[in-house]
Amino acid sequence: MTISPELDKKAEEAISHYPAEHKRAASLPLLHLLQHEFGYVSEESVKWVADKLGLEPINVLELVTFYPGFRQSAPGKFHIRVCRTLSCAMAGSYELMESLCKATQIDRSGTSHQNPIAVSPDGKFSIEFAECLASCGTGPVCMVNDDFHESIKPAEAAKLVENYRAKA
Amino acid sequence: MADIQYLEGKKPHAKEHRLIFRNIDRVGWNPSIDKYMEEGGYDQLKKAVKMERADITNEVKASGLRGRGGAGFPTGLKWTFIPPTNTKPVYLICNADESEPGTFKDRYILHQDPHQLIEGMVIASYAVGAKLAYIYVREEFPEAAQILEKAIAEAHEKGFLGKDICGTDFELEIYVHRGAGAYICGEETGLIESLEGKRPYPRIKPPYFPAALGLWMNPTIVNNVESLCHVKHIIEMGGEEYAKLGTPRNTGTRILCVSGDVQKPGYFEVQVGKVTLGEVINDMCGGLKLGRKLKAVIPGGSSAKVLRADEKFKVKRGEDTVELNIEDIPMDFDTLAACGSMAGSGGVIIMDDSRSMAWVLNNLNNFYAHESCGQCTPCREGSLWMKKITDRIVRGEGTPEDVDTLESVAYNIDGRTICAFGEACSWPTESFVAKFRDELVGTTKVENRGKLANPEAALAAAGLK
Ligand SMILES: Cc1cc2nc3c(=O)[nH]c(=O)nc-3n(C[C@H](O)[C@H](O)[C@H](O)COP(=O)(O)O)c2cc1C
Ligand code: SF4
Ligand code: FES
Repeated sequence: MTISPELDKKAEEAISHYPAEHKRAASLPLLHLLQHEFGYVSEESVKWVADKLGLEPINVLELVTFYPGFRQSAPGKFHIRVCRTLSCAMAGSYELMESLCKATQIDRSGTSHQNPIAVSPDGKFSIEFAECLASCGTGPVCMVNDDFHESIKPAEAAKLVENYRAKA
Repeated sequence: MADIQYLEGKKPHAKEHRLIFRNIDRVGWNPSIDKYMEEGGYDQLKKAVKMERADITNEVKASGLRGRGGAGFPTGLKWTFIPPTNTKPVYLICNADESEPGTFKDRYILHQDPHQLIEGMVIASYAVGAKLAYIYVREEFPEAAQILEKAIAEAHEKGFLGKDICGTDFELEIYVHRGAGAYICGEETGLIESLEGKRPYPRIKPPYFPAALGLWMNPTIVNNVESLCHVKHIIEMGGEEYAKLGTPRNTGTRILCVSGDVQKPGYFEVQVGKVTLGEVINDMCGGLKLGRKLKAVIPGGSSAKVLRADEKFKVKRGEDTVELNIEDIPMDFDTLAACGSMAGSGGVIIMDDSRSMAWVLNNLNNFYAHESCGQCTPCREGSLWMKKITDRIVRGEGTPEDVDTLESVAYNIDGRTICAFGEACSWPTESFVAKFRDELVGTTKVENRGKLANPEAALAAAGLK
């Protein structure tokens, strides 16, 4: 793992947002930076954040294992999060999940609470359920990396996947 | 404002009163500071910094504003809880975690009108004496985080942030802090722990009321995005004038977010208590889907207790007690509380007669089981058991006794936990069992196996572990 000077600069900037005696507050921002750069949070990343903030690695690792927003293994190039919660479920989010899995050839049968992400055989896509994404009026909704998609009709799921596949 | 044009299909309903959402979906609008300042943006800040700090708090008190994040606590009163003898730094935190299922209002403010929030935050920070403020925004709003950062930089450039704000000696920095996908970070003390860089384990109150012992054990005011936006309008209108909006004790406007089985789900800013649930469903949302009947409504975010369509609600009106049908309920804090539920976060979820209540409850139980932080045994174990029991009911493997077990688990959670998540996770089960017991028990009968009212239910069960 190499941390580029730009990334290091961004980390320093994030740390400066908190009083000097409370550097630990920059844990989440730093983890976000590293996950964004490398796709997931590796053991090395944990150690780097801990060193940077003067913490023990466990202080950082316990964040990665608690917060659903951090992952410990590589997702696909495009990571899909489908809202699972009530309003979206009523609007068809479980069917959306099925269609997306079909279009990406992802098999979710091995997933669990501890291991929610499933990756496609070609490594281009990964998928997981997320809880309410705060757009319940336009369900079903999903995110693909940082893009947000709403009111997805059943027939549009395959097209959505193809659009991303074309970018890969 | 008569001259405002809204995007095609996004025109506010005639029964709306737009204050906070005035610029949402507006033709020609954008989130830049130049746009915002074309129509008096930051004028209220300029006015506020010439006022005594205590006078701002007094205006907010006079306005009767109650928090829009969930608990409906009076905002002005909260601000006075900072110990008067305090010498420690004071912080302001804007709660932009927006994670209560059914709630989708802060999203639009953050994306489309960030300066309204920033102006509200600067005024609030001035009033409570904060020099450092954070916006805790959920991780799933990456674009909002960028928009906010840009807006903060713009406000800096114009002298509304940083040192010597508006030519006074008041100084303030605002930073965006992104969460990482955990619902419990919406609970204010969990949020504070998370901001400190820890697991978001809520703190016990007392003693850890944020206004006294908050961020880094300093006095901290936590307010919802919408609440902070209202502050700007209170300064503009004056507290007393603002209080004329809405109804007594339930003043101002609030944004209702409607989802579920209606023709046109969406958001509606209304005067609190001036529209009924029936008007929301039938007028604003275009009614139910064709040929469907209303079955149930969750009126204030998923944690609010469910209302059954054929219930009669006894509510006090002055000296008298009146009986209301579900559609007659005015959408205000006090009436919804009197009806045994809550106005909560403004998220209204409508369910029609095609919905299986076992399936609905199971969906919510899965949410709470996933989101319990795990500190308290009743909540950690109870939320998981409620999920497991409704999982098996939905799979068609339940027994009639399961419904009693479910109920007993729920009642052993609320009131026995560190934070209000205990109530949030048990109220759905308590209310669904109380109001739909026959249906739940019926679902478990051998002859009904595999015949769940909702075709999605089978899928739901299959997708769950
Ligand atoms: C489990 C739980 C989740 C919460 N989630 C949110 C949330 O997403 N957004 C929010 O503003 N308040 C949320 N709250 C309420 C906050 O704890 C707090 O009361 C609120 O932010 C105060 O702001 P207000 O007074 O302006 O409403 C939640 C509370 C609980 C118990
Ligand atoms: S009630 Fe639940 S969410 Fe709240 S502190 Fe206890 S375990 Fe955590
Ligand atoms: S339930 Fe899907 S966004 Fe809220």
